[in-house]
Amino acid sequence: MTIDANPAITRMEGPAALPRDNGELVFDAPWEGRTLAMAIALVDQLGLEWDAFRQHLIAAVNTAPDRPYYESWTAALESLAVTHGITDAEDLRRRAKAVVPPE
Amino acid sequence: MTDDHGHEHGHERGDDHHHPSPMTDVERRVQALEELLVERGLVAPDVLDGIVETYAKDVGPMNGAKVVARAWVDADFKARLLAGGTNAIAELDIGGPEGRDIVVVENTPEVHNVVVCTLCSCYPWPVLGLPPTWYKSPPYRSRVVREPRTVLAEMGCEVPESVEIRVWDSSAEQRYMVLPERPAGTEGASEEELAAIVTRDSMIGVARL
Repeated sequence: MTIDANPAITRMEGPAALPRDNGELVFDAPWEGRTLAMAIALVDQLGLEWDAFRQHLIAAVNTAPDRPYYESWTAALESLAVTHGITDAEDLRRRAKAVVPPE
Repeated sequence: MTDDHGHEHGHERGDDHHHPSPMTDVERRVQALEELLVERGLVAPDVLDGIVETYAKDVGPMNGAKVVARAWVDADFKARLLAGGTNAIAELDIGGPEGRDIVVVENTPEVHNVVVCTLCSCYPWPVLGLPPTWYKSPPYRSRVVREPRTVLAEMGCEVPESVEIRVWDSSAEQRYMVLPERPAGTEGASEEELAAIVTRDSMIGVARL
């Protein structure tokens, strides 16, 4: 399957800019890639413009500027999901607690 | 030389199988989100794999490296590339709005090329990804034009006195990319192996391979 990287995502600037090294995106752990991909897939699935997620991301970064980037990204993804009625904070808490670590 | 082909990581959780470390809070939240979104049919795991692959591998200087490697192994492609960068690059399915007018300049034993944008930070995004911080810095932008040899040496790029240095000033209409010289001793290397040795800095012209 080929998909093209969306320039609206790759060229975000300011607090929302993706962490890079030598121009390439850096993921320090697999979950960072998963959370990135989920936001991209969900925005697409919901038929939204990327800017809708970017606003959640900027808000999440501003709420906790020292938090690692992809943790803010995850918070933004949660808030996007809540905003669109997919889940609520309580459901997310419950699900996170119930997660079974991969064998 | 090795390449990463053939690894079928899938979910990239492989090494943790043998000694599961406790999941962090955020890892739990991410996994919970994935379970939720998959359950609702909003995302599919293989689609996520594809997205990660695209964003981790296909964005950034790897595109430029592919272009360079192709030019090194295919003389006809190289001729087309130097005659009209944008169209030749499009042959490799690379392009986009910021790649409209890419001009490729070739390093030779006599000439070393280096790229700058003295006015702002014009840069050939589709091939090189995001510009490095120093590319946008006023000292680089002004000094590389006046004293390129000194600036390059400061960046660890020694250009022999006998080699002429040409500085190319990018603009919104015309963005430059350097085609570095193919290093000696790479005669037997495959195109993929060659691409792996091409660095971003060598395509800006602040490094030699």
